[in-house]
Amino acid sequence: MADVNRGNRPLSPHLTIYRPQLTSITSILTRITGNALLLGAILMVWWFLAAATSAEYFATVDGLVTSFIGDVILFLSLWALWYHTLAGIRHLIWDSGAMLDIPSAERLGWAAIGGSVILTIVTAIII
Amino acid sequence: MRYLTDRKRAVGLGSAKTGVHHFWAMKLSSVALLILIPLFVFTFGPMLGEPHEAVVAYFARPFPAIVAALTMIVGFKHFSDGVRVMIEDYVQGGKRKYAIILMTCVSYGLMVTGLFAIAKIAL
Repeated sequence: MADVNRGNRPLSPHLTIYRPQLTSITSILTRITGNALLLGAILMVWWFLAAATSAEYFATVDGLVTSFIGDVILFLSLWALWYHTLAGIRHLIWDSGAMLDIPSAERLGWAAIGGSVILTIVTAIII
Repeated sequence: MRYLTDRKRAVGLGSAKTGVHHFWAMKLSSVALLILIPLFVFTFGPMLGEPHEAVVAYFARPFPAIVAALTMIVGFKHFSDGVRVMIEDYVQGGKRKYAIILMTCVSYGLMVTGLFAIAKIAL
């Protein structure tokens, strides 16, 4: 019979006792960027709804979305989108069983950070 | 004496309950978004700040409309599945259920609002 051990298991160390590491920071950033993209997504849906409604309403919403604050939100959303995309590719690579050792994981982390900054700037220039 | 195997004791327990369905759904939508997101960014992006007639004419074309609609469907499904994991990690008890219900409604609400807008523009 298997041993039934309830309520007497060793407790794993809590998150707070760890020194921040590249792998932990890039992991939490994936979650933050993914969920924060809701704000940019709401703006995008609002913009489409305004375009479908009338020219006047579209002018108002498009003005808000392309205002200074709108531009800042969309620029940060664009970075979040590219970061989350690259971090997602990293997870797909890990899911295949490859590059799970620490040096490779850290290389992928720097690639996601650097790649997302480059992609954001390139995209902002093209658009 | 009861004869319980290790497997019998483990079935139905654990955090997954429904097995790997959620994992697979995330994987499927993330691979789809790898294709859709670049297409959407470079079709939607240039239209920001354009005049109303230009925007309506552009999204009445098949390719930009289909890319935008697919991005809404897959993107908000992916968001709904992803935000659920965050809620399950940080919210406990009854609040967890309410938060999951709320965010699922928000996700599908935004998805269908976006689809309605694109359909109205395109048709």
